[in-house]
Amino acid sequence: MARPFAPKVATANHLLEGDVIYYSRPGWTRELSEATVARSPEEAEALLREASGFPLETVGVVLTDVTLENGVPTPAHFRETFRTRGPSNYFHGKQAGHV
Amino acid sequence: MYSYTDFDERFVRARIDEFRGQVARRLDGSLTEDEFKPLRLMNGLYLQLHAYMLRVAIPYGTLNARQMRQLAYIADRWDKGYGHFTTRQNIQFNWPKLHDVPAMLDALADVHMHAIQTSGNCIRNVTAGHFAGATPDEVEDPRITAELIRQWSTDHPEFAYLPRKFKVAVTGSDKDRAVLRFHDIGLRLRKVADEIGYEVVIGGGMGRTPMIGKTVRDFLPKKDLLAYLEAILRTYNLSGRRDNKYKARIKILVHETGLEELKARIDENFAQQKRVLPDVAPDVVARIAGDFLDPVFKTDPVQQLTFSPALQAFIDTNVTPHKRADHVSVTISTKATGATPGDVTSGQLLVLGDLAERFGYDELRISHEQNVILPHVHRNDLPAVYEKLQLAGLATANVGLISDIIACPGMDYCALATARSIPIAQQIGETFADLDAQHDIGPLKIKISGCINACGHHHVGHIGILGLDRAGVESYQLTLGGDGTEEATIGTRTGPGFAYDEVVPAVERLIKAYLALRHGPEETFLAAYRRLGIAPFRAALYEVRDAAA
Ligand code: SF4
Repeated sequence: MARPFAPKVATANHLLEGDVIYYSRPGWTRELSEATVARSPEEAEALLREASGFPLETVGVVLTDVTLENGVPTPAHFRETFRTRGPSNYFHGKQAGHV
Repeated sequence: MYSYTDFDERFVRARIDEFRGQVARRLDGSLTEDEFKPLRLMNGLYLQLHAYMLRVAIPYGTLNARQMRQLAYIADRWDKGYGHFTTRQNIQFNWPKLHDVPAMLDALADVHMHAIQTSGNCIRNVTAGHFAGATPDEVEDPRITAELIRQWSTDHPEFAYLPRKFKVAVTGSDKDRAVLRFHDIGLRLRKVADEIGYEVVIGGGMGRTPMIGKTVRDFLPKKDLLAYLEAILRTYNLSGRRDNKYKARIKILVHETGLEELKARIDENFAQQKRVLPDVAPDVVARIAGDFLDPVFKTDPVQQLTFSPALQAFIDTNVTPHKRADHVSVTISTKATGATPGDVTSGQLLVLGDLAERFGYDELRISHEQNVILPHVHRNDLPAVYEKLQLAGLATANVGLISDIIACPGMDYCALATARSIPIAQQIGETFADLDAQHDIGPLKIKISGCINACGHHHVGHIGILGLDRAGVESYQLTLGGDGTEEATIGTRTGPGFAYDEVVPAVERLIKAYLALRHGPEETFLAAYRRLGIAPFRAALYEVRDAAA
């Protein structure tokens, strides 16, 4: 049986800074909670296409699954949770504010 | 220490200028990321989970004080005030910004360092035993060979696009401190009837399919080294698989072709090479060897000092005999309780540089076990060195003990990771923080990787820990009995994996079982494991867990 569609956001690393960013129509944000969510395969395809149009800002644009909590996207996988925070051995990365 | 010629200087600076131009072209859109990525990787620049990472080559782990200080400067100026020493004797900076990298490379070039060939399918930094030039048990300083290979392999046009990355290690003694049998090529210097040559081992590796390297030549005369290496590389370059990156390492070629058949192909190639490639010229070797001469050792008589218990504990674990009776080698652990294995702050890097200059004849080494070594220290200087290490938080007396853990960056940094490894190492370190208890447990090597690529050498850990993603949850597979020394052994899987918070209790159960089963303190964990087999350790791991379930 086909798996039910999981909502998705488009994410990448910032070209200059290297840190994690999310597509938030019509631009990019550093907060997952502000990301534009695709709620169907068609929306996901369109989102990826749109997010891929910023080669001077982004590296490695991909879609990633999210869980919606009151409509707000949160990570569906532990890797994404770490990407929203930064490393666990130092208070660096997003958890410390801007990289 | 290797020396840069004018040619090296010009070559490295030209590469930086070229890279500066490539960065500018990426930023103005004339290069796409697909075009730029291989170029940045050739210059050691990766993009990880949270930021770029610059991997800097430390040739065979050898540094001088000025270089160590420059690493501190780079860490402060362009990174977050620390560096991470890796299992390949390199250093990584975890937070550079793209536009700063050319300046970082310039700063490295100022002290004759670079990041070339620290990535990509080329011949990577050649590693060597970390007591090279200091240990009493070596036939010859392996760095002379390592430097020869470095010069030969740097920017070698034929080997810039191999099927996969290629790693070479050299050891100067029978005691393998370079994990020789787990490299694509391992060279062991040996002396037969007054002639020095090499045992040549090929096809070792860790990763998804761990393999112990096989001896392809018992004794290769020194003069034939480069022709023979070319023959191996050429055979691999032609025959190695390029259809599947997991099957592209030379270990798979050895496995699928069979050693004898491959040996025949290498020998055939070698015969051709011998016709066109001259022997390694003695004057070239002599020039390189001249860069690795002994320092002018102090000859002060050794004083009979009384050491504090803390210093004595440090000497017991962190100090090893030197080829001169009045000197020792000092291993400086980066694994203080709760520390990240391999991480050293800029302040500590400065202290290490100062110590090398004041007490260590300007020499430092990085070990594959992510520690720093002062290879030559006069015995009379031990108290002063220890005091300065203490002040810098670098005097942990745990080398070779349970908390002297190797851990790769894992999912705290690495984009390829399937789970975290650093916090597991930190937790084990904290659980076994009591040094007396650690000494009671005795020699034990725990090695942790955050994915199957095995950069944390888990396959050769006495206790190996591999972090995996099992249905969206971090899960850790344990292996026992691995050994990266001359007795090369791949660890055996214990059974089902453990959840993140079950790993440390599992290690505690293993240790408890070992302490109960051993024939006294002189029987190490590994020796007890070899005598008893895996069964009692499995029982300790799973019966308790299953009973609690
Ligand atoms: S073993 Fe895996 S997680 Fe660890 S550094 Fe290597 S690639 Fe990254």
